[in-house]
Amino acid sequence: MRKVAVIGVGCAKYGVRNDVNVAELAFEAFKPAVEEAGISPKDIEFVALGSAGAGAWYEENLPAVVVGEYCGLTGAGLARCEAACASGSAAFAMAYWAVASGQADIALALGVEKMRQVDTPTMVEFIGRSGYYLWEFHYFGLTFPGYYAIHATAHMAKYGTTEEDLALVAVKNHKYASMNPVAHLRNRITVEEALRSPVIAWPLKLFDCCPITDGAAAAILASEEKVKQLKVETPVWVAGLGYASGTANLSKRRDYVGLESTVKAAQQAYKMAEVTPDQIELALVHDCFTIAEIMAYEDLGFCKKGEGAKLIREGQTEIGGKIPVNVDGGLKAKGHPIGATGIGMIYELVKQLIGEAKEPSRQVPFKNYIALAHNVGGTGHYCYVTILKR
Amino acid sequence: MSSLPTIKTRPITVSQDVPISKTLPFWEGLKQGKVLATKCKKCGKVYFPPVADCGECLSSDIEWIELSDEATIEAFTHVVVRPLTFQDEKPYTVAIGRLKEGVRILAWLVGFKPSEIKVGMSAKLTVIEKDGNPIYVFTKPEQS
Repeated sequence: MRKVAVIGVGCAKYGVRNDVNVAELAFEAFKPAVEEAGISPKDIEFVALGSAGAGAWYEENLPAVVVGEYCGLTGAGLARCEAACASGSAAFAMAYWAVASGQADIALALGVEKMRQVDTPTMVEFIGRSGYYLWEFHYFGLTFPGYYAIHATAHMAKYGTTEEDLALVAVKNHKYASMNPVAHLRNRITVEEALRSPVIAWPLKLFDCCPITDGAAAAILASEEKVKQLKVETPVWVAGLGYASGTANLSKRRDYVGLESTVKAAQQAYKMAEVTPDQIELALVHDCFTIAEIMAYEDLGFCKKGEGAKLIREGQTEIGGKIPVNVDGGLKAKGHPIGATGIGMIYELVKQLIGEAKEPSRQVPFKNYIALAHNVGGTGHYCYVTILKR
Repeated sequence: MSSLPTIKTRPITVSQDVPISKTLPFWEGLKQGKVLATKCKKCGKVYFPPVADCGECLSSDIEWIELSDEATIEAFTHVVVRPLTFQDEKPYTVAIGRLKEGVRILAWLVGFKPSEIKVGMSAKLTVIEKDGNPIYVFTKPEQS
């Protein structure tokens, strides 16, 4: 396997983007990535498009060909990747393999999602069906906030995690999103506001939930040879990649206090990168709901199982703490445009690792330049962990 | 939906036919008030939801067993914001309960006040009729 670097990234403004269609939104992320890499669309040999809602919550059934044509990529190898909310990371992995294997010298991972073209009950319906439709949705109407709320009640019962702990995650992530120009929700909130917000799926309230977001992100991957040829000043290398999955039926999981697929994917990624959790200097974790961030601290090994709430209470996941987490606002406040989310994480990690976080107030200080992205599809149905090193 | 200019796509209504031939005893069992699971005759693994094929040993030689009705609730949520096709329902509780056979079941938990519902409590697995269809739910165990 060859060494692979990320040589260009782009991220469209996340939010309610009724001003653009799916291809136009993807272009906003694609163009800056290509410009940063110093290449043209014709140099890209393989394109993996992460998108989950094709033909369901937005109109195009084959978004990869539509976006490909729009961005001048026609002719390149092409596929759409679906791994639910980890579709972006699945696309990134596929582009990585294309380059690492020697099959392509330059590949593109592009993620795009248009989630605001239908109303909220329709969106809740589509996402709720994204587990095991027949056994969990057909009669019981389990929603996505509900899936994570099930984990929250289990975690609270076993470890004493509280609704206030969950609120602290939201407060932190809204704070960082307020400093991120591409974030969807840029308002700062208080613990009291979070606790008073309407219940969505108890114990999760509105401010425990990520918004429904339109967005796109792009990453261009290249071989070491291309990095030299293109004279890339600060290449960021893919040091580790791990992946795993969980059962379709939630009822078949080992327990509800964590995600086994995260543990497994993380172990693989740490092994490949030859690092330990304490060497990670910045982590972007999958906080679609606040409880998910607390479980991620534990499952990624930033603390012992059951001590996630302690980490947020002590402020250890803020910049300056033991391990800064979701300093871009996370899914919780930057937003979660499903197919784009994982690549949006890569965008943020690359900008941070080269010292160009926007705004500079949320730039993380690095010693060894090692950062991690954790992207979950469903409720641990899929998981990808990616480690980047400058 | 949007204050910005858009065009509406052509509307469609979709409802798929999901085959149940291979798990028919389960659906027939519900009509008789029974919750059935499958057991692999080769390796002995018990499955709920029921399956026609064993994912452990790949055998398709299965038998049907009736599940016990005593469950321990391991996790739950009260779903307040409901999907499009559940808009006519009142908020409902979805729970995961473990049976002594070792399998877990995800279903509605009915007949409790929200404040009574706790992780670790007992509930009874039963079949009720809802909108003309039998569905399996957790309910209050009979007081002894």
